[in-house]
Amino acid sequence: MDAIILQILNGLDKGSAYALIALGLTLIFGTLGVVNFAHGALFMIGAFCAVTLSKILTISFETIDPTQKDFLGNPLVVKTPYVEAWFGPEFGAGLIDWAVPLSILFSIPIMIGIGFIMERGLIKHFYKREHADQILVTFGLAIVLQEVVKYFFGANPIPTGAPDALTGAFDFGTLLGFDPNTVIYPYWRLVYFFFAAAVIGGVFAFLQFTTFGMVVRAGMADRETVGLLGINIDRRFTIMFGIAAAVAGLAGVMYAPINSPNYHMGMDFLVLSFVVVVVGGMGSLPGAVAAGFLLGVLESFASMNEVKSLLPGIDQIIIYLVAIIILLTRPRGLMGRKGVMEE
Amino acid sequence: MSKTTMTRRGVLKTGAVAGAGVALPTIFTASSAAAYTNEPTGSTVKFGFNVPQTGPYADEGMDELRAQELAIEHINGMGDGGALNTFSSKALGGDGVLGKKVEFVTGDTQTKSDAARASAKSMIEKDGVVMINGGSSSGVAVAVQGLCQEAGIIFMAGLTHSNDTTGKDRKANGFRHFFNAYMSAAALAPVLAKEYGTDRRAYHLTADYTWGWTQQESIAAATEAMGWETVNNVLTPLSATDFSSYIAPVLNSGADVLVLNHYGGNMVNSLTNAIQFGLRDKMVNGKQFEIVVPLYSELMAAGAGENIKGVYGSMNWNWQLQDEGTKAFVQSFGKKYGRPPSNSAQTCYAQTLLYADAVARAGSFNPCAVAEALEGFEFDGLGNGPTLYRADDHQCFKDVLVMKGRDNPTTEYDTLEVVEKTPVAQVTYAPDHAMFGGAEASLGTCNPGA
Repeated sequence: MDAIILQILNGLDKGSAYALIALGLTLIFGTLGVVNFAHGALFMIGAFCAVTLSKILTISFETIDPTQKDFLGNPLVVKTPYVEAWFGPEFGAGLIDWAVPLSILFSIPIMIGIGFIMERGLIKHFYKREHADQILVTFGLAIVLQEVVKYFFGANPIPTGAPDALTGAFDFGTLLGFDPNTVIYPYWRLVYFFFAAAVIGGVFAFLQFTTFGMVVRAGMADRETVGLLGINIDRRFTIMFGIAAAVAGLAGVMYAPINSPNYHMGMDFLVLSFVVVVVGGMGSLPGAVAAGFLLGVLESFASMNEVKSLLPGIDQIIIYLVAIIILLTRPRGLMGRKGVMEE
Repeated sequence: MSKTTMTRRGVLKTGAVAGAGVALPTIFTASSAAAYTNEPTGSTVKFGFNVPQTGPYADEGMDELRAQELAIEHINGMGDGGALNTFSSKALGGDGVLGKKVEFVTGDTQTKSDAARASAKSMIEKDGVVMINGGSSSGVAVAVQGLCQEAGIIFMAGLTHSNDTTGKDRKANGFRHFFNAYMSAAALAPVLAKEYGTDRRAYHLTADYTWGWTQQESIAAATEAMGWETVNNVLTPLSATDFSSYIAPVLNSGADVLVLNHYGGNMVNSLTNAIQFGLRDKMVNGKQFEIVVPLYSELMAAGAGENIKGVYGSMNWNWQLQDEGTKAFVQSFGKKYGRPPSNSAQTCYAQTLLYADAVARAGSFNPCAVAEALEGFEFDGLGNGPTLYRADDHQCFKDVLVMKGRDNPTTEYDTLEVVEKTPVAQVTYAPDHAMFGGAEASLGTCNPGA
């Protein structure tokens, strides 16, 4: 039982990342009709926003310590971050420690800006083109973006830790009546889950309870009619692209402490997120979220030793297996609109 | 008067034979007048450096390339000479090799076997290299070694740690300076037993490919010989990024040690995830839970950050060693690039010098003469202490370093500390050892190509 609870918890945090990326993907598909293969790169850029802020906060001045030697035998150059010199060692160190949560604020304008530039600069020219063209151009863009990041940050993963107060693990077992240390879960992954839930709730509330959201939803249902009513739906869709980019970016920012960011992390999530969108239903926001969590949990269960001993290799194919079954039996996905992907 | 009769069928046959000849890879036909593949005829000779320049191991590849470039400088008599000054063999005079200035070309392995073979093939056929050196993966090393054997040139492996490279997949034209999984395990196990006791239960997570399998087999055998019990071994896909679902079952498995048979990004992520789950804060079976990473590299240690503190592993070489060869190489590399070299850089530097030295001693670039010069060659002064290039399997035998994540690093480069220099005798094994292909494993015969 404890193993099952652990895998459900694992699945939920994996699902959180899938759901956040897939939410942005399906939002773009639902509004603009564009299959955006550069969406994983936006997730990666979000993670590198956290890396960048960490690096900015640790910009240092150098002093020579003659009592210590560097690897060449020269006096050691000691680096002290400016923030520690300006704001005091304690507050400065605290700022550096909380770099990842602070990056949420740092990343939102950057990601919205990148989203606008991507949409206005490139993707809008492909609205009326085949999906295959859209996939090719956005996939190419994803490669360009990751190579740009690699140029500046290198290929090696860059450790970007959670604040000290949120490291370590929470003992769930004691809450549920199990022995201590049997069901423990990292604090930061819990934070990630609740953060994802808040972002998803925020996007839904924005679309559901604001006039802007109402227009966007109307545009998703019938773009032509909304346009005939004199509403500039294109401008709103551009803003939605920026919001989708910000959602992917936020998913990346908060993921940085879970796995050290590297330039190809977006590609690792891209294919899985597309499968999530397809399983949930192209263009369906609730479908993307539900499928994200569902597949996250299924993937975790497939990694259990008991399951792997029965079905070797199942952990590597489970998500694709589900996608095949869904596409064969219900091509529009779990919550997709009737007619979509069914022609 | 002669009469030439040409039939339609005859023309077709001739055309087919000629076409087949043209279509044959030039690798098998080039310089048929030469005694061996890519025999250098001018005043220069080309080496081929096949390293990952793109992909997740690009930083490691870049460090290898730095070291290879430095080695070429030293061979050609430029710079401060580096470890050539401390190398026990004095066959190289700092004027190139056999009077020829050494040039080099590079290829990108992308850490993919097919891409690595393609780039190596291109360097052999188009650039006319006489040897290939470099790489950051055992899969790649085995593939490129096979190609070099077919082509008739020498392969001086870079970072490859699988037992198979000089085990069941050993080749007469291939040579490995880097240590292997068996040696890591033989060096690590006694230290682990000393530090953590002999009554331990180990849970293994293993990357599902040639290196992972041999690493797991080796460390399990060595620790079991010390009294440890292997509770479970779970194979993880090479493409895995989040290891939480593999680590969660460890919590209640009864294991008190987690062995991560992972390298590169896999290692960084699995170790980070294990630390997140608080494994090292747990007490199991009345003992502190411990994590072991059998193979370390400086770049991956940097990627794992603070998570490696106190975690044991092994290395082929480290810049913090204090022997004269290491000091000379680190000074030379550090002055040129402003950073200490990694152990993958050192193995590529050593391999390049060793190849050039073997050519000089053999008096020929003929791969079979070079192989003969390398076989059984004993040397010192390149940073690893006294070393033997064993003739039976073309594996270097030297001391192995047991490393630990440093608690309080002073710079970004000293994240690891040397715990023990395990003597070579402790990591030596028979050429027909079962983990290395047994009695059936054979080098085959040297192929000079051409």
